[in-house]
Amino acid sequence: MRIINRRPASRVANFSIALLPFVVLIVLYAVFSDIRLTANPDDKLLPGVSSFVDAVQRMAFTPSKRTGEFLLWVDTLASLQRLAIGMSISALLGLWLGVLNGLIPWVAAGGSPFVRVLSMIPPMAVLPILFITFGLGELSKYVLIVFGTAPFIARDIEQRVRELPPEQLIKAQTLDANTWQIIVRVVLPQVLPRLVDAVRLSLGAAWLFLIAAEAIASTEGLGYRIFLVRRYLAMDVILPYVMWITLLAFAVDYLFRRMTSWLFPWYGTSK
Amino acid sequence: MSRIDIHNLWKSYDSNVVLENLNLSIDHGDFVSIVGASGCGKTTFLRMILGEEQPSRGSIDIDGEALQPEPSSARGIVFQRYSVFPHLTVLGNVLLALEMSHAKYLCRSFGARRKEQVKRSQQMLERVGLTDAKDQYPSALSGGMQQRLALCQALIAAPKILLLDEPFGALDPGIRKDMQSLVRQLHRELGLTVIMITHDLAEGFQLGTRLLVFDKTRVDPQAPNLYGANITYDLRLNSLSTESTTQIDSQETQCSHDANTQALMV
Repeated sequence: MRIINRRPASRVANFSIALLPFVVLIVLYAVFSDIRLTANPDDKLLPGVSSFVDAVQRMAFTPSKRTGEFLLWVDTLASLQRLAIGMSISALLGLWLGVLNGLIPWVAAGGSPFVRVLSMIPPMAVLPILFITFGLGELSKYVLIVFGTAPFIARDIEQRVRELPPEQLIKAQTLDANTWQIIVRVVLPQVLPRLVDAVRLSLGAAWLFLIAAEAIASTEGLGYRIFLVRRYLAMDVILPYVMWITLLAFAVDYLFRRMTSWLFPWYGTSK
Repeated sequence: MSRIDIHNLWKSYDSNVVLENLNLSIDHGDFVSIVGASGCGKTTFLRMILGEEQPSRGSIDIDGEALQPEPSSARGIVFQRYSVFPHLTVLGNVLLALEMSHAKYLCRSFGARRKEQVKRSQQMLERVGLTDAKDQYPSALSGGMQQRLALCQALIAAPKILLLDEPFGALDPGIRKDMQSLVRQLHRELGLTVIMITHDLAEGFQLGTRLLVFDKTRVDPQAPNLYGANITYDLRLNSLSTESTTQIDSQETQCSHDANTQALMV
């Protein structure tokens, strides 16, 4: 049988194979950590499991000596809030820019090339400008996330609007719909699931911008904490934080996926 | 019901002439079938009547008034595909047509008006035989049912002219026959003016009260796009009164098979 025609027979096999790379990674880590720790019990680079447990205990379940806060939760809340506010603005802005650029030729003539150029600017390059203009507070972090993701979302939505069959727009016009009605009843409902997709796909980038902004100027947040403890080579804190961020990103992604099939039952079956 | 007058109509894209000096009058309540080879301007012609495309020269008048340069509720359309909205249920699709004509800003109707509109939509759905499917999304419907829905949606907006662009082209022969009798029945009952493009010559003969054949009258082999198409045959099928149509119905199966073969050879 050809290789392309062979596949894991059962769900159990599938699941085990999915777990395999993770298991390999953990085993490799354990082996090298052990080698380093036997050579030097104070090694900070690859700490053992007990150090992780201690660190998580300290960060998540013990009040900080200095502020009395549970740092992991404070950081998580701060980061998620920034992400949520930034992405909400981004989604709204991207949706409207995209719909208008995709549907209305006069808007597209001016807006479409502008958004395209805007999306080419590397957001990290304008971060200093944002800090100078908007200060080191929350606003510059939102603006960085919006700047980094809204043009992408707008372009994606614009493309989706253009892909609507022209027959549908003609049909709506023969039903006496005006432009506003076409936007509200024909275009928006059909691009909303695409918007959820676009937001989901740009979340990865949003995390990047968030952590970068937090690393440079912040007093709490997941990114801030990682870069703060880096000075002490505190791998026992950094690694659990990275895993926690990954888990959060995975959970948000999963939620968005479920949301699509739940809110838009017609979507994905029409092809 | 409406009268269409077309004078000296030309349509060209750059140097490519599609239609050439077309003159035509379509009477109230006519059912005009248009046949012709691919690329001879049938669809372009339909699009111009729809208002999606503008004539290069000449005029199209409806009831003596110049045609609006964009699609409107005066002309309903059923395309071969993509005529219904995938994000709305069957009932939602029909209801949309009614909501669009009233709720210009809110885009939805509420309360008593909505109730009345739902009732009207259901009556129309019953007429095309879709009552049982009213809560389904179009993706769950067969091709024939989708076209029924498209027809229902177009008709509830009460157009004066109904345009059909190969509406049954993608359907199985059996379903196609059902749809044909539905269209014929609706045309008779509502007294619409219908213009239908078809690839199927037999269908054109069976359904129409008038059959137009589009073809190029002159061809320059060195420049095939130099001359446009015109109407080469204009057959009045008025002899097909209600009674004789019923007679033809009974022979239809056999007939359409032969004519299909012919149409293929053409």
